[in-house]
Amino acid sequence: MTASRPLVEFRDVNFSHAASPIPTISQLTFSVNEGETLVLLGESGCGKTTTLKLINRLLSPTSGEVLVEGKPTSQWDPIRLRRRTGYVIQDGGLFPHFTVARNVGLVPTLERWQSEKTKQRVDELLEVVGLDPKSFAHRYPAELSGGQRQRVGVARALAAEPPLLLLDEPFGALDPLTRASLQKQFVELTKRLQKTVVFVTHDVREALFVGSQIGLMHRGELLLLETPQNFLRSKNEKALAYIETLNLAPAGSRLEENGR
Amino acid sequence: MNFWQFLQQNWMELLQHLREHLSLVFISTLIAVAIGIPTGILLTRKKSLQAPILGIANIMQTIPSLALFGFLIPIKIIGGIGPRTAIIALVLYSLLPIIRNTVTGILGVDRNVREAAEAMGMTGGQILWQVELPLAMSVIITGVRVALVIAIGVATIAAAVGAGGLGVFIFRGIRQFDNNLLLAGAVPAALLALGADFLLGRLESYFSVDRRKSGAASSSFKRFALAATVAFVAALVVGIYVGSREPRSTGTQSEHVRVGSKDFTESAILAEMVAQMLEARGVSVERKFELGGNLAHDALLGGQVDLYPEYTGTSFTAILKHPPITDPRAVYDQVKREYAEKFKVTVSEPLGFENTFAILIRGAEARRLNLKTISDAAPHTHSWRPGFGQDFRTRPDGYAGLASAYGLKFAEEPREMDLSLTYIALSSGKVDLIAGNSTDGRIAALDLVQLEDDRHYFPPYEAVYLVREDALARSSKLQEVLSKLAHSITTEEMRHLNYEVDANKRSQAKVVREWLKQKGF
Repeated sequence: MTASRPLVEFRDVNFSHAASPIPTISQLTFSVNEGETLVLLGESGCGKTTTLKLINRLLSPTSGEVLVEGKPTSQWDPIRLRRRTGYVIQDGGLFPHFTVARNVGLVPTLERWQSEKTKQRVDELLEVVGLDPKSFAHRYPAELSGGQRQRVGVARALAAEPPLLLLDEPFGALDPLTRASLQKQFVELTKRLQKTVVFVTHDVREALFVGSQIGLMHRGELLLLETPQNFLRSKNEKALAYIETLNLAPAGSRLEENGR
Repeated sequence: MNFWQFLQQNWMELLQHLREHLSLVFISTLIAVAIGIPTGILLTRKKSLQAPILGIANIMQTIPSLALFGFLIPIKIIGGIGPRTAIIALVLYSLLPIIRNTVTGILGVDRNVREAAEAMGMTGGQILWQVELPLAMSVIITGVRVALVIAIGVATIAAAVGAGGLGVFIFRGIRQFDNNLLLAGAVPAALLALGADFLLGRLESYFSVDRRKSGAASSSFKRFALAATVAFVAALVVGIYVGSREPRSTGTQSEHVRVGSKDFTESAILAEMVAQMLEARGVSVERKFELGGNLAHDALLGGQVDLYPEYTGTSFTAILKHPPITDPRAVYDQVKREYAEKFKVTVSEPLGFENTFAILIRGAEARRLNLKTISDAAPHTHSWRPGFGQDFRTRPDGYAGLASAYGLKFAEEPREMDLSLTYIALSSGKVDLIAGNSTDGRIAALDLVQLEDDRHYFPPYEAVYLVREDALARSSKLQEVLSKLAHSITTEEMRHLNYEVDANKRSQAKVVREWLKQKGF
């Protein structure tokens, strides 16, 4: 679990969209070791989602190399790479015309698992994410709450037992209570299953809670890469701004009340 | 005769036209779907093609349908007359909504869903078949629904190119002022359109993802809708198949003659005479009646019909482009010689009557002003409004020559309208002078008066059959029939036959059968 072999590695990666002269990602270099959860923290438009898409080759770097399991993504068959990589996005991206069971069983079906095995796996995963297979398997996404949809999204990402999970603000659209409960379960889950995770968020609390490493991104650059403890001690201006929101917002309002 | 009695008497023919109509619509829509959906998919992959291809499809749809049929007729291989041309025109009309909705439907798939599909490691084909098409299906079916309803409407015009369908009733109804005929064509076409719209609407909601729920009640309804649609389509296919077998099963071995006619009653009656006489002699006959404009001529030269009734004066001026002359013998001889040389077409002996253009005014007007000849009328025309069929308006022996021959000046430019409609327009006072046919039964029926052509402007229009030489050589029965019909019809007889069909609304087949019996043919 504490193996030092990097599962994902960025080497001097630059990326810019064809239409735009401004690079979305510049000189990105970092690695994620097996079993680690790297949280990419930053404002919208800072390049964190782009970074995620470079890992499963939804995008290809303009220059530099992205390595997964030691092999540059350019040399991976993109279909194989993606089926070995779980992917969860905000709103789940569930197929509205598939039942929950078919959504979760998508990659096993694509991989031509036997249907009995797929069904077992689907039930098992629904249990893991806290949904009762009996009452949920046959439902359609439109019949689920936001939290339930995200649970299904996570289950789908885990279905073919990928070593690597990519999550793009998976809990961003949920109410705070549901979000907190899902975050907690997610941390337990990834620890237990020993997954390597890259997790994108703009919420510093979430970053501190789920991450074993926090990468702070700003305008396509990685400003710092630290453990949560070191992140809180950082003197970096951006990091301080984030930490400040953590301390002041809720505490400040209470101070005012006391002052009266 | 009310509409129900009409239906009772004509339901066999109605069924036949309904079947023709359905097969035109069904085949063309099937082809349009087979072309349109893949094209639409291609356009979502190659965005640079979108503007040009949708542009072309758009232009196709703006071409008036009658004009589109007209463009197609002279084109080799795909053109000509009959169902093939009609199907091609219908396909061209149906393409736009299908292509456009396929593009819209696929591009309308939620970005997140598509991204998720890609990120899950689905291949391009899997994304298309399992995600994009199912999610776009209801939008695509909306396109098919629009295309189908358009096709059902446009197919009524297919009758003009000899493709049959419910339009046959409509065209005939306009020509004969017969509301029963009009209704017999229009009502089933409207019902078909409504039915198709309803069924595809059901199918559309079956595929609609928004309503995707696991509830059992709605799914049983959807299953019913799907079953109903499938049953309808199956019934259609069976109906077309069974229907199309029956007429072709007779006599492919024996003699086979394709009889054409132009799009007015007299021409149809003359064609029906030949057809029935051939059938009585065991020859199988294919009727391609009611071909508008120059279609009959084109079809004859193109070999799609073996013969059709024509008038020598029309061939002389409109086809051979000679300036009008007045000697009937000279016209006949020259037409006969030139048709043999240029077209390998034989001109039959004259049938015995002439059908010249008849300059007609209302009887009341003629009596009031005591008008007998066109020269008598010339001083009055400055306050009259003329109305002419397209043919007369443009042909060399038509309006322009007439006006200059008699020095006619009218209150306004002539209205150009369907020839059959000019009679009713005249009798109801919408126009004051028309150019009809001298043998038309409606002249008497509507109390119209023919002004005598006292300066002999119009060339002689003797009725003849134009026959392909190869058809004559092939069929001895045809030769026999044509020689029997030579010099056998008087102007009065022809006017009577026209009157029976046009004014008394009797079917031309019956009127012709009686006449043949009476003549002992």
